[in-house]
Amino acid sequence: MKAFITRRKSLLVAASAVLALSLSACGGSSTTTPPVASASFEAGTTMEKLNKAQKITIGTKFDQPLFGQKGLDGKPVGFDVEMGKAIAAKLGIAADKIEWVETVSQNRESFIEQGRVDLVIATYTINDARKEKVAFAGPYYEAGQALLVNKDDTSITKPEDVKGKKVCSVTGSTPAKTIAEKYGAEVVPAATYTACLEPLRNKQVVAVTTDNVILAGYVDKEPDAFKLASDETFTKEPYGIGLKKDDTVFRNWINDQLEAFQKDGEYKKAWEATAGKVIKTTPELPAVNRY
Amino acid sequence: MDAVIASLPEYWDGFLRTLYLSVISGIIALIVGTLLAAMRVSPVAALRGFSMFYVEVARNTPLTIIFFFAAIVLPRLGVKFEQFEVAAIIALSSYTAAFIAEAVRSGVNSVPVGQAEAARSVGMTFTQVLGFIVLPQAVRTVIPPLINILIALVKNSSVAGAFFVLELFGYGRQLSNDYGDQVLWILLGVAFFYLLITVPLGLLAHFVERKVAIAR
Amino acid sequence: MTSVLYDVPGPKARLYSLIGSAAGILIILGVLAIAVVTLAQQGIFDADRWEIFYGPLAPDVWSLIGQGILSTLAAAAVAAVIAFPLGIALCLLRISLISWIRIPTQVVLEFLRGMPVVLMMLFVLLVFATGQFQAVVVGLVLYNAAIFAEILRAGIQSLPKGQREAGLAIGLRSFQSRMSIEFPQAVRRMLPSLIAQLVVLLKDTSLGYIVGYEELLRKIQIMADFLGPDFLFPAFFVGAAIYILINLSVSRIAIMIERRGSKKAAGGVAPASIRTGLSAGGNDPVAKDSVEGPGTK
Repeated sequence: MKAFITRRKSLLVAASAVLALSLSACGGSSTTTPPVASASFEAGTTMEKLNKAQKITIGTKFDQPLFGQKGLDGKPVGFDVEMGKAIAAKLGIAADKIEWVETVSQNRESFIEQGRVDLVIATYTINDARKEKVAFAGPYYEAGQALLVNKDDTSITKPEDVKGKKVCSVTGSTPAKTIAEKYGAEVVPAATYTACLEPLRNKQVVAVTTDNVILAGYVDKEPDAFKLASDETFTKEPYGIGLKKDDTVFRNWINDQLEAFQKDGEYKKAWEATAGKVIKTTPELPAVNRY
Repeated sequence: MDAVIASLPEYWDGFLRTLYLSVISGIIALIVGTLLAAMRVSPVAALRGFSMFYVEVARNTPLTIIFFFAAIVLPRLGVKFEQFEVAAIIALSSYTAAFIAEAVRSGVNSVPVGQAEAARSVGMTFTQVLGFIVLPQAVRTVIPPLINILIALVKNSSVAGAFFVLELFGYGRQLSNDYGDQVLWILLGVAFFYLLITVPLGLLAHFVERKVAIAR
Repeated sequence: MTSVLYDVPGPKARLYSLIGSAAGILIILGVLAIAVVTLAQQGIFDADRWEIFYGPLAPDVWSLIGQGILSTLAAAAVAAVIAFPLGIALCLLRISLISWIRIPTQVVLEFLRGMPVVLMMLFVLLVFATGQFQAVVVGLVLYNAAIFAEILRAGIQSLPKGQREAGLAIGLRSFQSRMSIEFPQAVRRMLPSLIAQLVVLLKDTSLGYIVGYEELLRKIQIMADFLGPDFLFPAFFVGAAIYILINLSVSRIAIMIERRGSKKAAGGVAPASIRTGLSAGGNDPVAKDSVEGPGTK
């Protein structure tokens, strides 16, 4: 019992630390906010328009730990958010001039098409179906689908092991579809990934599935309860930055910036400030796809 | 449109599960609701108090919270179930029972006082008065509102889609992600299957209501 | 009324009743005790779980909860303000004398009433690609306007025919008679049902949780996501308590207004059938929507 209490105490301390961090992150000049460039752009480009307006609207997820998650103060934090801030800075827009909009899996394309957001940076997997409606800069990170299981479960090490068993995922998400159609699992739908943790804990489902980086966040929070079934992922999920389909100039420009971030260490810094707290190896920027 | 046709098996599966949730929860809610109504008019003060308290709290709690409780808090209390449908049924029937109790109680109140008095004067006990005289007469006035409550139940079962049960609404969300370009048709398809249950029930309610009105 | 169902209990029956009550209370207490002990074993009552409400994080936590309450109330208020006039308009169309207006309106109303509110919210969110707030509000407006329309229609139809006839006889046009004679009376008659429906509307804002609107429940979830699962239960219990308190107080206000209204009505126009409808909580077929209403999501 005593041990439990201390663990929980430490958890609270950790939570406070994260909170303090998130608070400082929004308090003006923080370590992760890159200096705002005084940029000038060719007339007629999206970059020029945004720079002139001194305002950019970015869609991100508010419920993905490490990538885009809303903090107690209402500001989103995570790697996606850092990427957004870095790009905004290159546009000459300060971090506090960014308007963050929550995009969920189902409305990302329509938000871009209707111009409700300028960019979507929201653990947004690049695929051909989506490329028909929007354009992608990047990828800026390559994730992959994995399985989260109970710590004491040794029966599941690969996706084939969940055939015919119950696996929890978010209703209508791509991971849910993959695990059902490719591996024959019975999908148990939930409103959020965190809601999935309770049935897993109670052993009402055998696993929770989504991208490995998100699951890593849960393992980090509760290392005594959960683990990843395997370090291998069984899909490739290249995360891209979504924007209007015909805006090739803007796309190429963002790709240039991503490569610059990799060179000047901005990418590493953004990673280490967010997802890098859990996933210790800093990834290299994947080769951007200039289609 | 072709997305809807291609997804007919999913729709059908979701439809059956919605129907299953509604029918089972409906039956349980009818029984529990009638019992609660009987408790409400019973001579035992504790039963009256309990029934009042239950109905008041259940009616004023959003269904989403009741679902959260049944699907996430109950397992922590040691009440675990293999099928998540059970949690949905617990949530739906405990919520609906409160409304049924209110409807039945008002039906009991609508039966003329003389009926109960006459029954008692020939020596019937409380259970006999209620079971043989009052409730059978109350049924007639109570049926239209009861049907409306059941329609609401069918629609309420959509909340289960967010709590681990893949029913019509859950499939609607899933399919609208699969066919991002045909969301309109996909969701209209879902609507159609709900109307397939709710509209006939609504017509039934109108019909019964008219019959009752004439009988008066 | 209820006492008509049984004799005034004698000493023996009172004793049984007392024993029965005591046993019932004991059983309920027992179940509660088991629940509390089970939860306590999982450490849910440990002080550090609740520290978020008074510890160093408390200001943020409470401001988050405050925002949640405000979002809930904002969505409900905006939806109610739009839904009511829209309900009157739909009702006018529904009782129009021209059949090609009346019948399509009836079809639309049946459609709206037969749809789950959360489905309408999702529809607005995805098809019109609005924000979550607009989706929640539009979903609530469409559904509740349909219900308001039906309630008002029932109210108008319960008026004695003479009201309209008198209006027409003194030279009012049909629309004038509706607006200045029939609607005011219908609204007053149906006030309890209308207010009951407002409570439903308030409760239904919690469906915003499912479509991602940051109302109270969603805020609670965000908070728990951020702080870690250990805090899910404390956060949930506090959130549920707040929700129930808000709804209960609105219901209380509704009952107060209802009482005042029925007193006025008793001296005035409302016939007996409406009054039984009131006290019975909407059993009267005229007021049936008030019964459907509260159960509706």
